[in-house]
Amino acid sequence: MTRNTINVLIGGEAGQGLVTIGEILTKSVARSGYSVVVTQSYQSRIRGGHNSFAIRMGADEVIAPQEAVDILVPLDKDTVRIHREELSPWGLIIMDEALDIADDQGIKVPFKQWAPDKFLNIAALGVVSYLIGLDEELVSQTMNKFFDKMDQETVKENRLVLEKAFRWTADQPLSFQKLPRVSHASDRLVMNGNEAIALGALSAGLKFYSFYPMTPATSIAVNLAGKSEKMGIIVEQAEDEIAAINMAIGASFTGAPSMVGTSGGGFALMTEGVSLAAMTETPIVIVVSQRPAPATGLPTRTEQSDMELVLHSGHGEFPRAIFAPGTVEECFYLTRKAFELAERYQGPIFILTDQFFADSYRAIDPFDIEDMSPVNPSYALTSSSSPYRRYAFTDSGISQRMLPGISKHLVVADSDEHSEDGHITEDLTVRQRMVEKRLKKGEGIKAEVLPPQLQGDEKPDMVLVSWGSSKGAVLEAASQMRSNGKRIATLHFTQVWPLVSEQFSEHLQKTRELVCIEGNATGQLARLIRRETGVLIAKQVLRYDGLPITPEYILRKLCSN
Amino acid sequence: MVTISDYGKYDTTWCPGCGNFSILEAMKQALVARGLEPHQVLFISGIGQAAKAPHYLNANVFNGLHGRSLPVATGAKLANPELTVIVESGDGCSYGEGGNHFLAAIRRNIDVTLLAHNNQVYGLTKGQASPTSDEGFITKVQPGGVASAAFNPAVVAVAMHAGFVARAFARLTDNLSDIIQQAIAYRGFSLIDVLQPCVSFNKVNTFAWYKSRCYPLPKDYDPTDWYAAVKTADQWGDRIPVGVIYRNERPPFEEHFPVLSQGPLVGRDVDRMMLKKIMEGYA
Ligand SMILES: Cc1ncc(C[n+]2csc(CCOP(=O)(O)OP(=O)(O)O)c2C)c(N)n1
Ligand code: SF4
Ligand SMILES: [Mg+2]
Repeated sequence: MTRNTINVLIGGEAGQGLVTIGEILTKSVARSGYSVVVTQSYQSRIRGGHNSFAIRMGADEVIAPQEAVDILVPLDKDTVRIHREELSPWGLIIMDEALDIADDQGIKVPFKQWAPDKFLNIAALGVVSYLIGLDEELVSQTMNKFFDKMDQETVKENRLVLEKAFRWTADQPLSFQKLPRVSHASDRLVMNGNEAIALGALSAGLKFYSFYPMTPATSIAVNLAGKSEKMGIIVEQAEDEIAAINMAIGASFTGAPSMVGTSGGGFALMTEGVSLAAMTETPIVIVVSQRPAPATGLPTRTEQSDMELVLHSGHGEFPRAIFAPGTVEECFYLTRKAFELAERYQGPIFILTDQFFADSYRAIDPFDIEDMSPVNPSYALTSSSSPYRRYAFTDSGISQRMLPGISKHLVVADSDEHSEDGHITEDLTVRQRMVEKRLKKGEGIKAEVLPPQLQGDEKPDMVLVSWGSSKGAVLEAASQMRSNGKRIATLHFTQVWPLVSEQFSEHLQKTRELVCIEGNATGQLARLIRRETGVLIAKQVLRYDGLPITPEYILRKLCSN
Repeated sequence: MVTISDYGKYDTTWCPGCGNFSILEAMKQALVARGLEPHQVLFISGIGQAAKAPHYLNANVFNGLHGRSLPVATGAKLANPELTVIVESGDGCSYGEGGNHFLAAIRRNIDVTLLAHNNQVYGLTKGQASPTSDEGFITKVQPGGVASAAFNPAVVAVAMHAGFVARAFARLTDNLSDIIQQAIAYRGFSLIDVLQPCVSFNKVNTFAWYKSRCYPLPKDYDPTDWYAAVKTADQWGDRIPVGVIYRNERPPFEEHFPVLSQGPLVGRDVDRMMLKKIMEGYA
């Protein structure tokens, strides 16, 4: 699309090591001072099939994936067949000469002359690294760090293959435009959305995480489990999602800041627990990492179709907040914010992400993590009244929270309607007041809502409305349209509930055309905005083929209708 | 010194003559005998007539969802292992809706006592069959009699090498109280399946029915003999043994978490220098 960035796509069968070189290349690029956006697309299988790992990189900030491929690295023949059409006019295909494909943009590499088959991916890494202009020593160091626990013999061989690849490529008469030089070596981190959620949770003071494995949420558990001893937390694989959320509620009730993570189907099982957290007023953070549905859907692809599920999850009426981060940094900060709200308002708070974002590595600046204090726990050590009443009526609806076993005060929580002391009641006057008390907390949540981010022209002809992980793609599409002389603004939501109409409805009214861009088939945010503000967003760009929204996709759709 | 009056006296919503009353008394006696003060104890329950029991004494209580008390108890105990955690719920709650959690709790051997009020019927929803209803048990929704075989929680628990398995009869209150004390003292998962007459909806397994069948296990019974325990747990019908059927010395679940060696998770700070190091690992 543009020549400011280079998009490298590595494709092959599962098990061929494409994620390995993808990650090493990503880290090398980031360490060289460039910006990256990774898009992983894989099939729901362990071996075979077709998977791809695309790294878009540039000297300026890269914010979105790109469909056009500048360097295609096929580890098998299928990859060429599937991705050939995406190759840009100046693009190259770096392929094993043994693949036997005739293509005038193809570079045949004598991989087999350098090393046995199992080093094919490292050889490819070398060729690509040279082409985009990376420093051999830096790539080698990154590789060594990655293969930390490998035996010395293999490390040496890897190094040798890399060297051969660099030398061979240098001798070829190729005129591929390298990345522009950047002066600074960088201490940037490479982190994907789920890793940032895990890190944000740890920094907020998470002490208990329970889960049942489900793509694309599992990597949060993997991340946390690996750090559990060092960070003094418990990570427990539950017998099912129902157990996972109930366990987290139990742990939170006795004082451990708790979180659960799952995807649509697992979350469907958790929903009774959501209602329980609300009724018992127990803090809990719930991450829902979306994938295409209904039912099992496409387990390893992406979609934004569970916003309404999350918004309406749990029977009965109670307040909640739903965050939908759009950058890796936001994953970190909004997870901290979710813990803050869960503690303050004593109930369920959501983070809505998706497969694209869960697996999308970005180069980010380190967080000032040592200066960030954990979220203040909401519980008190002494009761302001005696006997202590867990659900005492207050103006804000927030009652003093105490923990069982920490003092002589008894803490009674109930999923049945209860009186102030927590005991089951069928006093209907109390019932009414309790409903009002719980909903009252929603006003506090509303007062802290993050407004949607408005960017672009001040008097736009068109406003693009979006939420969550598509942020970068929408911003880039808008800026392309602006460079073609159009007046465009974007309105992006990183918190999709509650919606506070006064924060944004005027932006919706001061334009000729509104377009909502969403990764689902029915326009869920558009519908919600209609419900909350009365504004109809008639035009929609929707994507529901399992792939992430890209700038190209948006532009294609906007131009075709 | 803690006394029975510390545990209070409350009005209940149970039917006069219900077996739940004796269970409540036995529970209070056991807590007092163990020297436990109300604030040291956390009751977790589900939904049903039995699950209301914790509302009728002084203690910490989390009365959660139907079938889900064991996961709540597991999380609560892991976050604060210093609490004595007791789950009280019915047979439907514990073995039906919560069946998977029952198996998982046994596998984990979490230090929680499950006291199941087993009246072989769904009381609160007015008399449908429960997993422990005997085959042929007739109800309004099973007019032809229950077609499925009854679930025997004690056999399943013993078969799975659960840490502590007991069966009791609600009206043998002293025996029950003694079993509860042992179960609380046991470090690991303990199951007490308490046969509990429901005067309103179970006209088959009545007080007289249980009384004529339940007999305490002999003094020389060895609860560490697994094969004998399987046979004992399987006894049902004319003669029903009550007492501690099986126990072993599996380490409790909490011991597998090194982080708990420093006490409860409550109030622990975040090691920010460690977290910084972890973050730098992403470079
Ligand atoms: C998810 C859910 N399903 C069904 C119910 C309705 N329900 C409440 S109690 C109960 C059965 C109670 O039987 P049991 O657990 O044996 O307790 P008992 O009343 O006999 O003591 C049922 C089905 C519910 N509250 N929640
Ligand atoms: S319905 Fe049965 S179990 Fe429930 S209180 Fe009445 S007698 Fe007891
Ligand atoms: Mg019952």
